[in-house]
Amino acid sequence: MRKYLARRVVQAVLVLWAAYTLSFLLLSALPGNAIENRIHAPDSGLTPQDGQVLLHYYGLDKPVWEQYLHALGRALHGELGLSLTSVQPVTSLIGYALPSTLRLTGLALVAGIVLAGTVAILINYAPGAWLRGLAAGIPALFASVPTFVVGILVLQYLSFRAHLIPPVDDGSFRALVAPAITLGLVIAAPLAQVFSTSIRTTRKQPFVHVLHAKGAGEGYIFRKDVFRNSSLPVLTLLGLAFGELIAGSVVTEAVYARAGVGKLVVDAVTNQDLPVVQGVVVLSAVAYVVVNLVVDLAYPFIDPRILVGRNGAANSKGTWPAGRWRGPRRRGQAQPQGLPPEDVVVP
Amino acid sequence: MTDEGRSGTGAVLSVRDLTVGYRVQHQLRAVVHDISFEVQAGQVLALVGESGSGKTTTGHAILGLLPANGKVIGGRIRFRDQELTDLSPKGWRDLRGRAVSLIPQDPAVSLDPVRRVGGQVEDVLRLHTGLNAAGRRQRVLELFGQVGFTDVERRYRQYPYELSGGMRQRVLIAAAIAASPDLIIADEPTSGLDATVQKQVLDLIDDLRARSGTSVVLITHDLGVAADRSDLIGVMQAGRLVEVGPTRELIAAPKHPYTQRLLESVPSRLTLTREQAVQASAERDTVIEVRGLRKLYGDVAAVNGVSFEVRQGETFSIVGESGSGKSTTARILTGLTQATAGSASLLGTDITNLGRRAFRPLRRDVQIVYQNPYSSFDPRFGVFDVVEEPLRSFESSQLPWKRRAANEERVVAALESAALPADFIKRHPRELSGGQRQRVAIARALVLGPKVVVLDEPISALDVSVAAQILALLRQLQQERGLTYVFISHDLAVVRAISDRVAVMQQGSIVEQGPIEDVFNAPRHEYTVGLLNAIAGRNLLVGT
Repeated sequence: MRKYLARRVVQAVLVLWAAYTLSFLLLSALPGNAIENRIHAPDSGLTPQDGQVLLHYYGLDKPVWEQYLHALGRALHGELGLSLTSVQPVTSLIGYALPSTLRLTGLALVAGIVLAGTVAILINYAPGAWLRGLAAGIPALFASVPTFVVGILVLQYLSFRAHLIPPVDDGSFRALVAPAITLGLVIAAPLAQVFSTSIRTTRKQPFVHVLHAKGAGEGYIFRKDVFRNSSLPVLTLLGLAFGELIAGSVVTEAVYARAGVGKLVVDAVTNQDLPVVQGVVVLSAVAYVVVNLVVDLAYPFIDPRILVGRNGAANSKGTWPAGRWRGPRRRGQAQPQGLPPEDVVVP
Repeated sequence: MTDEGRSGTGAVLSVRDLTVGYRVQHQLRAVVHDISFEVQAGQVLALVGESGSGKTTTGHAILGLLPANGKVIGGRIRFRDQELTDLSPKGWRDLRGRAVSLIPQDPAVSLDPVRRVGGQVEDVLRLHTGLNAAGRRQRVLELFGQVGFTDVERRYRQYPYELSGGMRQRVLIAAAIAASPDLIIADEPTSGLDATVQKQVLDLIDDLRARSGTSVVLITHDLGVAADRSDLIGVMQAGRLVEVGPTRELIAAPKHPYTQRLLESVPSRLTLTREQAVQASAERDTVIEVRGLRKLYGDVAAVNGVSFEVRQGETFSIVGESGSGKSTTARILTGLTQATAGSASLLGTDITNLGRRAFRPLRRDVQIVYQNPYSSFDPRFGVFDVVEEPLRSFESSQLPWKRRAANEERVVAALESAALPADFIKRHPRELSGGQRQRVAIARALVLGPKVVVLDEPISALDVSVAAQILALLRQLQQERGLTYVFISHDLAVVRAISDRVAVMQQGSIVEQGPIEDVFNAPRHEYTVGLLNAIAGRNLLVGT
């Protein structure tokens, strides 16, 4: 377990470093000196003193690699540079915007999971074939309606006509519900699709047949066995869906006129405030890496076989693969390449 | 459960004119027709038949576990004083696991992989008894003791992947007997287990039944198992129960022609008709010579110092259970993997350190037939392409459009030598039965005219009567062409029917080898003795 943990953490740190370096390289590869151009632009709205401060801060007279090392050193101390428009530290700009966005994405995540779970269960267990068929169409519907359309429809009906929710962010929980559900819909579609497929596959497994033979009903089997067996692929997808949430929050915050990281990015891009853009890139990378680290650490709790695979000891029969879940295996399926054939028992 | 209800016939299970069908494309097609039988308290009824005979469908109907498109069309199933055919879903849930339970087919996939096995046995107690958590746990530990586990506390906490196939089947048996049912449906409970493990599991079921007086319906394709373990045998063919009767009588004097044919196909009987084909084999050339062969995977020796030789025209069998290293040995002989130490030579060429490329010219002379022919065929290939493939890869000088015509004759000849009609070249393996697919695989192996054929469990996936035909075909081909066979098998009865000499492997070493009759009649190693005792169907031989 400790080895697994250590490897995952080292991987996470490497990914963060790569993300930072890449974003730095991309920005410094822009034609001319982007930061300098920006500072000297007539519409920058910066005072000459501000310009001096910024030029000194970024050390633009030094070679690129020195700038990079300097920036990396600062990043390690939690500094992500100064904004080119307000001359404030990027970290504090993000700090102001983050709580609102976290509330939004957090609630959206919960909404998405609940929605996906409900739909997946409906698809598989709803009474009547027509109802199940109807439910099976929902994920495709969710996936094909863009966020902003949902957002505008919700605003139009729930806010302007029914006056159920405030049209702008007044800091209340009610104001959060509509954008969160709008954003949740985006991730609900793939999650529901994967979860329902996974439930369907699991329910065809012979061990479910054995459970029926024990006299267990569908509810019991779902709670005890099917849910856990079907949730691994969903967990994997959840890590990826988090990226969707970050991207989706930009649009959602714009539609609902909420202050947050999304709005910060939009403004920064409009004003070519590169350090802020880079800061948000790094922030997204951190969020992404942390979420996937949590997901990776959660796997062994759901499927204990994963740890066995990591430590290099194969399972006794090779019937279920060691290592990460690759979907339920059918009998007679070929051994993966590079493993000893089935008649080798590794103690 | 009143005395009144039982007094009628005393039967625990009584099936009358049962007809079961499946709905395929809106049409209900019967697959089990008018089956009638009775099982008394404490009796074992073996339902024997080949795949597709409807024996499993019958078992599932008794448990009310037919797939969604399955339906009982007619007849009735009576369990004690309950009419099962008109039971509500709730009634079924109450009955299953408590009064009627199942020992499933494949222990490898019949346990939830992500739950501890103790909890999985507890399911039954949770569903059918009022025991609290501590009581359930106590009962499961007791059950684990009954099924022969010693370290019960540890087993309770283990996951299925930590247990061997035999141990998993014990867990499933513990779950099946947890609520002391009156009837157990055992659906091929030992298929996929090694012979010695198979014997242990069947002994365990026997023992538990003797102690509790439970009735058992044993569904099996293996007439040997049925003969050893049942009071009654019902023989099923194409959805009909063609013969049913007390085991002894049925074995001694089968009435139905199908039963007779089935009995004749049993491998342990085939041996009685086998004539010794190869005499004085010592005078023949040595085709394969293996000295001190070792193969390591990581730190584990899959093959650990094996030596043997195979002479031209003989059948040399390597027999052993899973993990014995027999398949690894075969892989080295066919150049699919390299040995770590020792030497191996094939047709006079030292193959010990030959890479895949250098081995290639030898492939003409060494061909392999696998256990599951279908998975060794490219799914896009028709029968013609499958059999032609070796010709394409070894004699591809011709232009593609001329090639088919040029090769057709040879492909047809290969098919015919495998006793398949010439028009099979137009078909796809998908449309063929298991036996026909194996014949296609044999035709593919023969098309280049090899000298050595490695047969890796070639008949263990086939029904007995089909397997007997394939064995006969292999023997005939050997006589006609002077082929040398290396026959890999876990089934001693089959080995006896086809081999001249045999090597018994255990944990990577050959513990005993010699002429087949010596090893079978006077085994010297205790492991061989154990394997011989585990052969099912000894009762079949007593009758003759």
